[in-house]
Order: sequence, then C-alpha cells, then structure tokens
Amino acid sequence: MGSMKDKTAIIGVGCTKFGEQWEKDAEDLIVEAAYEAMDDAGITPDDIEATWVGNLYDFTGLSGSVAAEPLKLFGRPTTRVENFCASGMDAFRNACFAVASGAYDVVMACGVEKLMDVGGSGLPVDMGHPVLRGSSAPGMFALAATRSFHEHGWDREDLARVAVKNHKNGAQHSKAHFQREITLETALNAPMIAWPLGRFDACAMSDGAAAVIITRPEIAKKSKHKHDYALTKASVLTMDVFLPMYREAYDWLGFPATENAAKQAYAEAGIKNPVEEIDLAEVHDCFTITELLNIQDLGFCERGEAAKFVREGHADVGGKVAINASGGLKCFGHPIGATGCRMLCEITKQLQGRADGAQVENARLGMAHNLGGPGSVCAVTILGLPE
Amino acid sequence: MAKIASFGAYIPLFRLSRQEMSDAWGVPAVPGERSVANADEDSLTMAVAAGTDCLAGVDPATIDGLFFATTTSPYDEKQCAGVIAAALDMRSDINTADFTGSLRAASTALRAAADAVDSGSADSILVVAADCRLGEPESMWEQLLGDGAGAILISKEGSATLRGFKSTAGEQLGVWRRSEDRYVRSFESKVEMKYGYLKSAVEAGQALLDNESLAPGDLAKAVITAGDPGSQGKVARSLGLAGAQVEDMLFMSVGNVGVPQMLMMLAGALPQAKAGDKLLVVNNGDGADAFLVEIDEEFSPVAGRKGLAGHLLQKRNLPNYTSYARFRRLMKVDDIDPRGSAVTYWRDINVVLNFHAGRCSSCGAVLYPIPRVCGECGTKDKIDEIKLAKTGTVFTFTLDHLEDGKYVNVPVPRLVLDLEGGGRVFLSMTDGDPEAVKIGMSAEVVFRRMHDASSFHNYYWKCRPVPRASS
Repeated sequence: MGSMKDKTAIIGVGCTKFGEQWEKDAEDLIVEAAYEAMDDAGITPDDIEATWVGNLYDFTGLSGSVAAEPLKLFGRPTTRVENFCASGMDAFRNACFAVASGAYDVVMACGVEKLMDVGGSGLPVDMGHPVLRGSSAPGMFALAATRSFHEHGWDREDLARVAVKNHKNGAQHSKAHFQREITLETALNAPMIAWPLGRFDACAMSDGAAAVIITRPEIAKKSKHKHDYALTKASVLTMDVFLPMYREAYDWLGFPATENAAKQAYAEAGIKNPVEEIDLAEVHDCFTITELLNIQDLGFCERGEAAKFVREGHADVGGKVAINASGGLKCFGHPIGATGCRMLCEITKQLQGRADGAQVENARLGMAHNLGGPGSVCAVTILGLPE
Repeated sequence: MAKIASFGAYIPLFRLSRQEMSDAWGVPAVPGERSVANADEDSLTMAVAAGTDCLAGVDPATIDGLFFATTTSPYDEKQCAGVIAAALDMRSDINTADFTGSLRAASTALRAAADAVDSGSADSILVVAADCRLGEPESMWEQLLGDGAGAILISKEGSATLRGFKSTAGEQLGVWRRSEDRYVRSFESKVEMKYGYLKSAVEAGQALLDNESLAPGDLAKAVITAGDPGSQGKVARSLGLAGAQVEDMLFMSVGNVGVPQMLMMLAGALPQAKAGDKLLVVNNGDGADAFLVEIDEEFSPVAGRKGLAGHLLQKRNLPNYTSYARFRRLMKVDDIDPRGSAVTYWRDINVVLNFHAGRCSSCGAVLYPIPRVCGECGTKDKIDEIKLAKTGTVFTFTLDHLEDGKYVNVPVPRLVLDLEGGGRVFLSMTDGDPEAVKIGMSAEVVFRRMHDASSFHNYYWKCRPVPRASS
C-alpha cells in the first residue's frame, strides 16, 4: 500500500462560528467558511479546480450542489461525501487523493450542517428498518460507558472531568458554540439523556461550516503560507461493523475502527510513540465517554487508563498531548459534516501559532480524529509543519 | 377422539386495585384487582405469550394449525393467527384462522379444532385466545374487565378427552360493540342476565348433562364462564352444582377477561384434575357452548410452563389510575411516527417474527440479523438458520430518555443481551423497573407491539426482567 505522507498541504482554512445560527442558512455558512479559507490562501473561487463537501443530514438529495450552488462553482466537479460523523474529514481525504494524483493543483474540502432547523433534541436516528433499530445516538455510546464503568471502575465523575476540561478550552475560543466554563457539579447534576450520560456528557447540536484549501507542497511553497503550510503526514479512514450491539465478540471497551485507523496513520506518518511525538489532537468527543475511549484507542495510554490520563492533566493544554484544545465537539459544537474540516482548520492554525483559543506551545505535529456511526467509521489525519 | 395435549395461560404483569379506579372517578369500588396489559401489549401479543406457555416442551413444527379467538383483534382486516403462528415459529403449511365477534369465540375455535382432529384433517391444533377490552371511563365496566390470554393444544394424543359438544344459538341479549365503538355496551343488566346469559348457559349445560346421562354429582369440576361470580353461581345452582364444584372465574385477581376466560379457567382446573374426573365446560356469549372434558391421566407439570397459577403469582402493582389511562391511551398524546415498511417487515419475517439467527458453518459465529457474509470470518453464503433462545443475560445497557427524537421522562432501558446458547441481540426492555437493570441481570424475550409506522402494527421482541413470583 502506498502512502499520502507529505504529498499534500493545507494552505488556507476557514470556519464559521459554531452554534445556534437561527438567522443563517446553510448557504450563509458555507459561503462564510469557503471565502475565509480562500482569503487565507490568497486565492479566488476561480482558482478552485474541484471541491468535496461533507454533509450528512441537511440537503440530502442536493448532492454536489450542497457546495457548488451557494459558491457557484460551475463548470467544475463537486462531490458530496457522506460518511457518518467523518463526512467532512473524508471529503478532505478524497480531495487529497485528487491533488496527489496530479489531476488538480488547487482544490477545496469543506463541510456544512444545518442541524438546528430541524430541532435540537438529538440527531434524527433512522436505521432504515421498521423494527431492527438502534437507540438514540447517546444511547449507543452509553452502552460503551456502562461496560467501561463495569470493567474499569470508571464513574460519572471521570466522564464529567472531560466536559469540564473541554469547556475550559472552548471558553477561550471565539468560534466555539459554548463560551463558558462549567464545574464538575454542574456536569454531574445535569438531567440524564441516556444513563450514564447526562446533558453535559453530550456534545452540542450546532450549525456550522468549515473549509480547507489543499494543494501539493511544491505549490504551497510559493503560496501565501509558504513558511507555515500544513503538510499531510497521514490520512486514513477505516470502516467497521455498523451494528456493534449485535456482535457477540465485541467488548464495548473501545472502537476497533479507531484502533485500526490509528495504527495505519502512525505507520504512514512514521510515528513510533504517539504520546511523545504528537503535540495536540482534536478527537471525536461526541460524548465524554467517546473521548476517554479515543485516548486509549489512539494509543496515548493503555486500556483502562484514560480516566487517570485526564484526571492527571495529561490531556490538558500544556499536558502530554493537548486533547481538544478547541473545546472539542462537546464545547465547540458538532455540525456533523463540518466537524472534520473544522478540526483540520484548528490543527493547521495551532501549528501556525495562531490558534483562536488556547494555543499549544511549540506545536509541530497535530492529529484530527473522527468517529461515527457509532463505530462504523473512523478517520485520522495527521498534520505537521514543513521542516 | 380429540384430546387436550397441553394448556397455557398469560396474565400481563401489571395489576390495578379497583379502589384506585374508584378513587379516580369518585364512584363505588368493586373489591379486588384487575390485570392491565402494558401499553405495548394487545390481544395478539398476549396470545403469543399464552401460546408460548402452552408449547413449553412441545416442538412448534409438529403442530398443524393455529386458531386465534378474540373480540379485540388489532386488525379489522388482516388475519392475526398467521402472525401469531410466525412468532411461535410454527410451520407455514398449516391451517390458521381467527375466530372473532363473540365472547364465545374460544369454544367455537376449540370445537373447530376438535372437529378437525376428529375428522383426521389435522393431528394437532393450537387454540389461543386473548382479549383486551375497554370499559367506558368512569363506568363499572372499567373495574370489572381484565386483560389476559389462554391457550390449549388439541391433539390426537393427550391426557384428557373432549366430547359431548352442545350449543345454544340464535339472537341473544348480551354485550356488544359496534365497529365504531371503543367501549363495551350493554342493556339493562338484569334483563341480559335473565334472558341472555342465564338462559343460554343453563340450556347448553343441561342439554349436555341430559345427553350424557350425567348427574351434577358426577362432575369433578365445572368451568362456567361469567362476567361476575354472582352470575356464575346462578348458572351453577340452576344446573344443580355445589359451590366447591365451580372453578374460580378469576374475578378478584384478574377480572372479566372476555374470550380467553374459558381457556384460562381450564388452565386453572386441569392441573388439579385426577384420572377419571369429568369436567363440564359452559362458555357463554351470544348463546352458549357446553362440552365435557374427561381426564384420562393426570397432567404432569412441564418445565417452563407457568400456567395460570404461575402467572397469578407474578405481578407488579400499578400505582394509580393514570398509569392505566396511559397504557390504554385514554388521553390523547401526539404520536411519534417513525419510518416503516410493511415490505421490509415481511421480507425479514425469519429474523423479525421467527427470531432466527444465522450460524456461520465456517467459523461457528452466531450472527443476528442474518447476513450474507459472515462478520467474523468473511465467508459468503455459508450461514445456517438457527433458533435463538428467549432468555439471556445483560452484557451492557443504557437507560435512554430519547425515543425517536422525543424526550421521555421515564427512560427506556435498551439492553445488549447475550442469549443462552449463543447470539447477541439489542432489545428495549418492558414491564420492569429501569432503576433495577444491571449487567449480568437475567432477562426473557417477549413479543410486543413496537410502533405503528406506516399505519401498520410493527410487532417485534422486547425483553423484561425474568418475573419472580411475589410472595
């Protein structure tokens, strides 16, 4: 198998404010994010040769027009990418392949979701079968929490610590959905959503869009960001079982999709010791339990140790690996199709030393991670600065 | 001669004290309590439960027919017997029929089954009966009725012989519901009693005794269905029977259950019967049927068959009338309308109704729902269809407050269940207390109505904590 290492580079990023954008529609959001990214790259819409857009719920049926229509990118290809919560990062991955192949010089990967127009009480869940159904999205991840409590002795306080950390980070970021810190008590006393997950264990339902401009390194070297473009060190996506609750062999203590994606990404990037080499990671904390499991599945600590890893501050900004310095899905928000690209924007700006929120000092290597479906798909991207 | 090979019963777990109903409306209370079907139960699901009880230790593939008797069919047009047979995992080349329209429907079905066996057209037929009738709110009917189901397996081989069928027919005085009525209607009860119930029951019962040249004292027991113990006593006295000969009609513990009453009372009487005993059965409803049950040998207990006694012992008390009103949807709330497809449902009958899984013949993994390609070893189309067990233990769970996107105050437990003998399923829990769910808890798989997507009753399996007999 070949490798994507150092074959593509991000030269521009754009991201809207995430949150309840009642007065804006998806057109407003994607135009704002895409134009911010093009401005950042110093290019115009005419320079975009092809586009990939991640989108899950909203606009289904609109296909490539999700991005091509609002941005008027006519006479060129736009492909809509749908892959659960990894839709945005998979848009990026496909865009990278196109650039690496030499077919295009400059392309855009973006993502948008307008969730709040259809109500804020959890994602619409439809397994497509009349009676063989999953539970709600929190219900699915709660199954992993219950089992982890049972096996590792974790409790709701271990989950709450993740929420407190991510709110602390997000409160410093002007584009995050929530702009306030929370206490352990607030998190623990919140109403239940799907036991053991309460309201503060769940990420925000948000509207938002994000975009990145991708090119090859030799073109990046002549771009506006010629000294601080972000090189793709790895770009990996793995699929796994769609209905894990029926799988007898599954232990519910982690997500094989993440374990496999991480292994492949580290091999591709040449990373031997992730906790030492990676400076920051935006990981998919759709629920607090998911962040704990991600920390283990990504190899930052052993199984059963994630609660301790967070409790001891290793996941803080300034810790061993800054996990979700942006506030994560929990505090920054999670407009499904936009999240993957939003993470790539965050990592790029952190590497460039111009983070909107809490800046990770001397960040050289960053990771972005999406998990979806709940464990059907995982995307891992590793970005680094040019030498 | 047609024989009784097995019997079974089902009583919903929930009971409501009639005092609670009286308190809710400020009307006089009838003594005792009544059974109340859960919100996800109906006559069809209760019939499956009674049928399961009756078939403990019996291979459903050996049975040649299923007759379903009820006055509260969930469908005006669509046969329920076929759905019940599929949920009981019976063969598809069998005779199925619904018997409806009269409280006498269970004896009509039983006689049809006995006739089929006697004629040689079938070796065995399972008769199931269930009702979930509604009394008008505030009326005494609400207190008097109860929900439940009964079952009986009629076969060439068995421990008791059926004989001597007698009937009374013709236009009768009695209860009714027009197709547009939700609640049971009746005339002046004294008139219905004298010229309806009493007249027809005594006529049929007496005709049988005369025809068989039996004196009341020759009978070990009389199974006489009735709306209340007083009416039942009048029939018994008219036939010359003593109180001790009359089988309990379950008035104090369950209520007037309608069509299944005869089968539930039989399920109560048969385990007590001795070889040589003769049991008179008189079933009433728009006329009456009478028949004789002659015990050839005692019915020995069967592992897994709870029967009537077992079901009477297991119960949870509903706290108030509001819970009853919610279960029966007496207050209108906005319906959730999830997506459905009758075609998808039909295509997956082996998974959805038969509750079959696959076993990979290459690696042995038990796979549910049944895939084309094994999820463990990747072998294509080498998957054998197997039956899943209906009991298991909780591997993990959540208490979910979101139901199809709607926040509900009482969470729905959703359980990942490891089934006995292999296979893992993901089922919503019903009947039990969400707070009591724990990893390792034993649960049994029960047939329930999930929702009505696409204006179609979507039945599937849920699970519940294995009920314990209350002391």
